[in-house]
Amino acid sequence: MNGAILALENLTVRFGGLAAVDGVSFHVEPQTVHGLIGPNGAGKTTAFNLISGLGHQNDGHILFNGETIDDWPSWERAQRGLARTFQNIRTFGEMTVMENVLAGMHAHVGGGLGATLLRLPSFRAAESAAIGKARDILGFVGLADASARRAGNLPYGDQRRLEIARALASDPKLMLVDEPAAGMNPSETASLIDLLLRLKARGVTLLLVEHDMHFIMNLCDHITVLNFGRKIAEGTPVEVRSDPSVIEAYLGTKVAERLEAGARVR
Amino acid sequence: MYEFLDDFLFSYQSLIYALGINGLLALSMYVVLAIGQLSLGQAAFMGLGAYTSALLTLKLGAPFPLVLLASMAVPAVAALIIGAPTLRLSGVYLALATIGLGEVLRIAFVNSELTGGALGLSGIPEKAGYTLIFSCLALALIAFVLVSRSRIGRAMEAMREDEIAAGMLGVHLPRYRMSALVASAMLAGLAGALNAHVSSFISPNDYGFDAAVTILSYALLGGIGSPFGPVVGAIILTLLPEVLRPLHDFRLVFNGLIIVIAVLFMPHGLVPWRIRRTGARA
Repeated sequence: MNGAILALENLTVRFGGLAAVDGVSFHVEPQTVHGLIGPNGAGKTTAFNLISGLGHQNDGHILFNGETIDDWPSWERAQRGLARTFQNIRTFGEMTVMENVLAGMHAHVGGGLGATLLRLPSFRAAESAAIGKARDILGFVGLADASARRAGNLPYGDQRRLEIARALASDPKLMLVDEPAAGMNPSETASLIDLLLRLKARGVTLLLVEHDMHFIMNLCDHITVLNFGRKIAEGTPVEVRSDPSVIEAYLGTKVAERLEAGARVR
Repeated sequence: MYEFLDDFLFSYQSLIYALGINGLLALSMYVVLAIGQLSLGQAAFMGLGAYTSALLTLKLGAPFPLVLLASMAVPAVAALIIGAPTLRLSGVYLALATIGLGEVLRIAFVNSELTGGALGLSGIPEKAGYTLIFSCLALALIAFVLVSRSRIGRAMEAMREDEIAAGMLGVHLPRYRMSALVASAMLAGLAGALNAHVSSFISPNDYGFDAAVTILSYALLGGIGSPFGPVVGAIILTLLPEVLRPLHDFRLVFNGLIIVIAVLFMPHGLVPWRIRRTGARA
């Protein structure tokens, strides 16, 4: 717990009478891939919004690297090393692929207004360093050849990669990845799994929301399961997969009972 | 040849001044649109700059460079004050709040004796000229181009495309919104001061809602893909009424028609091209 990069403590948010996230606590260990799963409406994306600062909880705390970040706006969380991608892709469509990644480096590229206007050597050095780094990142996600293309013209799978590249450009310690495999075909999904594993190897901790169970089970070190805003299970993929409450949440009570009965007969 | 030029400049002097001044106003509109905000306070800031400069010149006989600086500083301070509460708003709400600012200022100018009431201020000496006006415009344009090819420009464009995503990249949204509003106010104030010192007369009605919408239309016609768009828009909209003069009574009809056609068929404005940014090369 002490070494956790992210810890949610009794996190609760209510929209009117509905508790979309209801007393959820879990923590994410550094250098791991942590999955956050649950049926539709379980509160996964709401939890992501709270963690990234796009919404505010009614109760509970969020700790990032041991610091309480409850009152930090999203840009401050981003500056301190928390990045995210979105379920509905939000790349900057009018900008080039390269510009998207450069925009991702916003918090780390130097250059105030004065240096920018006077094109001081410090500005030029910072810009060319940023471009070099952006090339590396584009190479890393496999978009090196697309750098001058308009982001909005990229195929869907590449836009996902670009969004990850943009998030990676902000030098995150923790990246929240919201349904990266949605709408992807099996081969795109496979190469995405490969990309996320390479991200982990780079030292980025990942918190992942995903519906594709194959994807989750292959990738995650640890999984937290939400249903109706509450945490119903957590553990390793193997533990979670065999947890009756998880099966019930996904498949309904009757199916769960039948499965249990079947197991007994056997 | 020189005689012809002299004649031309003499006859069209005020029109040529207006080209430069409206170009500055268009840039003042551009800087807020560039981060995806819609503020209609530009006319009010222009009025504030115009009155500040005229009063300093007329009542205190202050040196002109100082007058120009003050004409930017006063609207900047006003922007800081009204920005704090209003920049929490966005979209049409911010537009409405800034229209409100314009009306408040207009009524204040009308009712204050210091500002000459509804009659305005007259007898302002002609201290600005072609060189000053067009140098200001050129400097402002160069500054915008330099900024757009930088981290700041990328953050501004990111905000325009998707403010939430920009915030998630560490872009300090309130600071950018405020800086854009202050820069906009300074440019509008400068344009107001220059205008006051070439037209010798200012009155509260020059800075009302009509003016605010006219300034917005420069940017909409020209397009906000680059800082050149709004300036081109300003030049066209300033020239059109003169060019269409032979049409007599149908002048305004054609003026309106041209704008409607441009907006319908060129939604990205007349100048849709973007400045090639650093790093755009493959």
